[in-house]
Amino acid sequence: MSARTIIDKIWDAHLVRAETADTPGILYIDLHLIHEVTTPQAFTELRERGLPVRRPDRVLATLDHSTPTLPPGPDGKRPYASADAENQVRQLEANCREFGIELNGWDSDHRGIVHVMGPEYGATQPGMTIVCGDSHTATHGAFGALAFGIGTTEVGHVLATQCLLQRKPKTFAIHVDGRLRPGVGAKDLILHVIGIIGVGGGTGHVLEYRGSAIEALSMEERMTVCNMSIEAGARAGLIAPDDTTFAFLEGRERAPKGADWNRAVTYWRSLASDPGAAYDSEVHIDAADIGPTITYGTHPGMVTPISAAIPAARDDQEAKALAYMRFTGGQALTGEAVDVVFVGSCTNSRLSDLREAADVLRGRRVADGVRMLVVPGSVLIKREAEAEGLDAVFTAAGAEWRDAGCSMCIGMNGDIARPGQLVVSTSNRNFEGRQGPGVRTVLASPRVAAVAAVAGRIADPDAFLEHAA
Amino acid sequence: MKPLTEVRSRTAALPFENIDTDRIIPARFLTTTQRAGLGRHAFNDWRYAADGGDNPEFPLNRPEAQGCAIVVAGRNFGCGSSREHAPWALLDYGIQAVISSEIADIFRSNALKNGLLAIVLPEAEHRELLDHPGQELVIDVAARTITLADGRAFAFALDGFARHCLLNGVDQLGFLLDAGAEIDAYEQRAQDTRYTVETAA
Repeated sequence: MSARTIIDKIWDAHLVRAETADTPGILYIDLHLIHEVTTPQAFTELRERGLPVRRPDRVLATLDHSTPTLPPGPDGKRPYASADAENQVRQLEANCREFGIELNGWDSDHRGIVHVMGPEYGATQPGMTIVCGDSHTATHGAFGALAFGIGTTEVGHVLATQCLLQRKPKTFAIHVDGRLRPGVGAKDLILHVIGIIGVGGGTGHVLEYRGSAIEALSMEERMTVCNMSIEAGARAGLIAPDDTTFAFLEGRERAPKGADWNRAVTYWRSLASDPGAAYDSEVHIDAADIGPTITYGTHPGMVTPISAAIPAARDDQEAKALAYMRFTGGQALTGEAVDVVFVGSCTNSRLSDLREAADVLRGRRVADGVRMLVVPGSVLIKREAEAEGLDAVFTAAGAEWRDAGCSMCIGMNGDIARPGQLVVSTSNRNFEGRQGPGVRTVLASPRVAAVAAVAGRIADPDAFLEHAA
Repeated sequence: MKPLTEVRSRTAALPFENIDTDRIIPARFLTTTQRAGLGRHAFNDWRYAADGGDNPEFPLNRPEAQGCAIVVAGRNFGCGSSREHAPWALLDYGIQAVISSEIADIFRSNALKNGLLAIVLPEAEHRELLDHPGQELVIDVAARTITLADGRAFAFALDGFARHCLLNGVDQLGFLLDAGAEIDAYEQRAQDTRYTVETAA
C-alpha cells in the first residue's frame, strides 16, 4: 500500500461504494450532528416519503442558533427573537421525538453550540466521518475526524441512509513549525493562515494542519484552528490524533472504555499520515512570524498583525471593503473606538477561551460606552466557568454573562449590534451584516477582544497589558 | 427536482468577489421551516434601501437586469455558510444559473442538488462575461457549453453524475436508498473490524 494521508485513510475506511467516472462514491457517516436551523425541511421530506431515520443512534441534536441567551422572564417564557425562531426550536423538539433522535434540549447539561457539544461528550472521535448542516463542522477535525458541513438536502440523505454521495476532495498540508510567541494563540494562527492561503485557497480541498506548532496546541486550540478551515474555503480541516487528543477524550461519556479504549488508541495512532504521503498542495509557515492578528475588512482573509497599519486597498474589492469598515489604507487599526465586544461562538467559547478573556478583565472594567457579551459554548462550560468564578470576573467588569448558544456570531437570536457599530468579535465571520445590518466586525482572539473591551478601542494587547501592569 | 436541459437568458453582472451566503440570504431569514418563499429576501440587505424600497445601487435592481436568469458574479461566489437557503432564495428570486471563476464547495453542491446551475469558467472567459453583461446566453447542460450571441461557445466542467441528475431530474436520495443492501453490508463489516489497524498489503 502506498503512503497515504490521514484524509485518504479515513476516506477509504468509509467507502460503501467507490466512486467511478460516472458516479460519486457512497461515503458512510459515523456521526450526524443536527440543530434547529438546517433540518426542518429535511424532516419534512422524510415524512412526505414515509422514510424512517436509518440510524437514530448516530444522530445527536441540540438547540443553539435560534435560541435566546437570556433566561426566561418572570412569566417563564423564553425571550425568543420571533415566533418563527420559537417555532423552529419546537419543530426540532417534535422531529426528534417523532424520529427517535436524542436531543440535548433546554433541560440538558450538554445543550450548547453543536460543535462544542460533540467533543464535550466524547462523541467526536478520531477516524470518524462527521457531518452537520453547518459549515463550521470542520471544528471536529481537531480530533483527527473527517468532518464537514452539508446542506439540508444532504441532511435528509444522511438521516435516511447514513450516507452521502461524495467525490474525494483534494488534500492540502498546512505545515506550521516552530514556537508561537508568548501571548499569541490559536486564533492568531488560523487568521494568519487564512491571510496567506486566502478565503478561496482551500476550495476543493481538505486541510491537514501539521508541524511542531500544531502538535503543541491543546485540544481547545486545535478546535479553534480547524473551526475556521471553511473561512479558507475548505469544507474540512483536521489534525492527526496524538497523546493530547487521547488525554482529552479518555473518560468522557461517549469515549470507548476498558479494553475497547486500548484498541481504539492503537487504531487512532495508525491514522496519522504516512511518511512521504503526497498532498495536492502544501504551504509552510513559521510560527515565529505570527503576532496577535485581527481582520480589518469584510472577509476573514483580510488580516493584519494588530500593531501594523491597515494595508492599502489593492483593488476595487478591497476598497469597497475598507469603505464599509470606514477604515483607510495606511491607518493604524489600534486606537479605533469599539462599541461592542463579543466573546463566544464555536470558534472561541470553550473554557480556555473564557479564562483567556477573564485573565484580562480581572480587576479591570469594560470601558464606558462599550457593551461586552460573554456567551459560553455549552451549559456545562457555563457551569464550569461559574465554579471557578469567571462569571463574577465578567459581571464585576461590567460584561453581560449569558446562557449558551451561537448568539452574536450569527445574530439569529436577536443578539446583534446596531448599524455602524464596530464589534470586536471572537467569532469566525466578518462578512457585511453578519452581526446585524451595517455592523462592522473585527475578528480577534479572546485576549485581543477583552483588551479592546477594557481599552474601549482596538489596542495591542502586549503594549496595553504591559502599560497597565 | 425537475429536469433541466437548458437555460436561455440575458445576463446580469454582480462584479464583486467573495459574495458570501450572508449577502445572499441574511441569517435572520433562516428561521423559516419551509423551502419556499425566500426569494423576496434574496440579497436582502443589499437589494433594499433603508426605507424598504429598492436600492438603485444594487445591480440586479437596474432596469436592464430585470428578467435576467443568469448572474455572472465575481470570484468565490457563495463562500461562507452551508445554508441551502441560499440556492433556494436565488431560485425563488428567478435566478437559474450563476457563473463565476470560483464557486464555494458547499454552495455549489447545494445549488446543483436544487437545479440551480453553478458554473465555473476559466478566468479569461469569466472576465469577458463579467465585463459585458446583458448578452443573451444559451447554457446547454447536456453539451456542457455556454453559447454566446456571436456564436462562440465556452465549455464548462460539470461532474457527469451532476449532469445526469440535472438532465433527468434524478432524485439522489432515491439513488442512495437503492444502495440499501450495500449500506447494510458496510455496517456489518465496519462493526466486525472496529478499531482494527490496517496492515500494509
